[in-house]
Amino acid sequence: MITIHNINKSFGEKQILKNVSAHFNKGQCNFVIGASGSGKSVLMKCMVGLVEVDSGEISYENRDFVAMDYNEKKEIRQEIGMLFQGTALFDSLNVENNIAFPLRMFTKMTPSEVLDRVNFCLKRVNLENVNKLYPSSISGGMKKRVGIARAMALNPKYLFCDEPNSGLDPITSRLIDELIKEITLEYNITTIINTHDMKSLFEMGDNIVFIHKGEKWWEGRKEEIRSSGNPELLNFMKASEF
Amino acid sequence: MKFFELIGQYVLFLMSLFSRPEKFRVFVKQTFVEMDSIGVGSFGIVSLISIFTGAVSTVHIGYQLVSGLVPDYIIGRIVRDSNILEFSPTVTCLVLAGKVGSSIASEIGTMKVTEQVDALEIMGVNSRNYLVLPKITAGIITIPILVVYAMGLSLIGGAISGEMSGIISLEYFVKGLRSDFIPFSVVFAMIKSLTFAFIITSVSSFHGYKTEGGALEVGQSSTKAVVFSCLGIIFFDYIISQLLLQH
Repeated sequence: MITIHNINKSFGEKQILKNVSAHFNKGQCNFVIGASGSGKSVLMKCMVGLVEVDSGEISYENRDFVAMDYNEKKEIRQEIGMLFQGTALFDSLNVENNIAFPLRMFTKMTPSEVLDRVNFCLKRVNLENVNKLYPSSISGGMKKRVGIARAMALNPKYLFCDEPNSGLDPITSRLIDELIKEITLEYNITTIINTHDMKSLFEMGDNIVFIHKGEKWWEGRKEEIRSSGNPELLNFMKASEF
Repeated sequence: MKFFELIGQYVLFLMSLFSRPEKFRVFVKQTFVEMDSIGVGSFGIVSLISIFTGAVSTVHIGYQLVSGLVPDYIIGRIVRDSNILEFSPTVTCLVLAGKVGSSIASEIGTMKVTEQVDALEIMGVNSRNYLVLPKITAGIITIPILVVYAMGLSLIGGAISGEMSGIISLEYFVKGLRSDFIPFSVVFAMIKSLTFAFIITSVSSFHGYKTEGGALEVGQSSTKAVVFSCLGIIFFDYIISQLLLQH
C-alpha cells in the first residue's frame, strides 16, 4: 500500500499540488483522474521521486520515502515499475535488451536466465518473436506492451502507469487496460494509473482519486462516483460523456 | 550572474557523476561502445583535417620564409612545432567538439525529453553516472590517440605538399622535422588533448542533460554544447600554454 499525506509542490510561484492526501491499495487498480494540467503527472513524479516534494509524506508500506537518502530511495525504486505515457523505451536497445536492462543491472542472473525471463515477460504481454526489433520499428500498442514487460521484469511491488492508453486505438486501449488489470491481480501489485479515460476507469478501476487544480476533490470507489455529489467530478464525467 | 550560475550547475553536475558505477561490467561495455563512436567514428574527419592542416601550414610557412638567410629545412621544423604544439591538439579538438559534442548533447537531450532518463532513474540507475561517465572515459582514452594520429598525418601532409609544390624537398623537410626536437612538445600536446577531451565530453553531456522541452530545445542544447566546448577549448588552450610553455 502507498499512502501520501499533505503533499505540496510548487514550481516557482505556481503551486501545482496543494495538500494532497490519498491511499493506494495493494492488489487494486488505483486511478488518479483529472483534467489536463490538474497536477496528476506531477503527483506521480513526486511519488516515484523524480520530483522532490516541498512538504508532505509519501509512505511505501510504512517506509517514509521523502525522508530516505539516495541509496535508500534506489532500493524502493527497484520495487517500482513504471509505464510512461510515451513508453520511454531505450532507442538504442532492441526489445530484448530493453526488457533485459533492469535484470542485467540489478540481478545476478546468467544470460540464459535473463533471456528466459525476457521471453516470459514478452509472452505475458502477448508478444512473441519481437526480441530483435528496435522501438522505432514497432507500433504504439506494441511499444506500450514492451513498456509493461520492462516494468514487470523485476517483479515490481508497485506499478505506475501514466496515461497508459493515450494515443492508442480503442481496441488496443482495451487490451492494454486488461493486461494491466490482469498483472495487478496476478502479482498482487499496487497499481496507480493516471488517466482521463473514463471508460478505462469504469472497466478496471477500484479506488479513484479526483484531482482538480492541484487539490484532491474526491476519493472513493468507482461505484460511488455518480452519487459523490461533487460538482467538479460530475462535470468532468459529463464532459467525458459518462 | 547567469554565467556563474551556469558554472555552478556544471560543477554540481560533475560532482554527481563520479560515483561507483552500478555494475562495472556494464560500465566497461558502455565505455567500449562510446570509444567506437567517439574514436573510431572520428578517424575519417580527423584524417582529412590533419592532412590539409599540415599541407596548408607548409605552404604558409614556405610563403613567409622567403629570406635567403633562413635555411629551407626550418620550414619542416616550424611545421613540426606548430602542428604538434597547436594545430593537431587544438584544431582536432575543435572539430571533435562539433562532431562528438553535438552528438553527445543531442543523444542525451533526446533521452531527456522522451523520458528515457526518467526511466533509468525510476529503475534505480544513477542516470548521470550510467550515461555520462562512459562518454568521458571513452573521450579521455580516444581523443589523445586521435591527436597523436593527427600529428603524424599533419606532418605527412606537410611533407607531401612541400614536395609537390616545390617549396621544400622531402629530404630537407625530414631534416627540419628531426632538428632540435623537444620531446616535451608531445607531452604538452597530450596534456592539452586530455583537458580538451574532458571539456568536450563533460560540457556536451551537461548541456544534453539540461535539455527540457522538445525537438527545438534538443537542437538548442546541441548548439550550446558545441559553442561552450569550443570556448572552453580556446580558454584552456591559452591557460595551459601560459603555464607550461614559459621558459
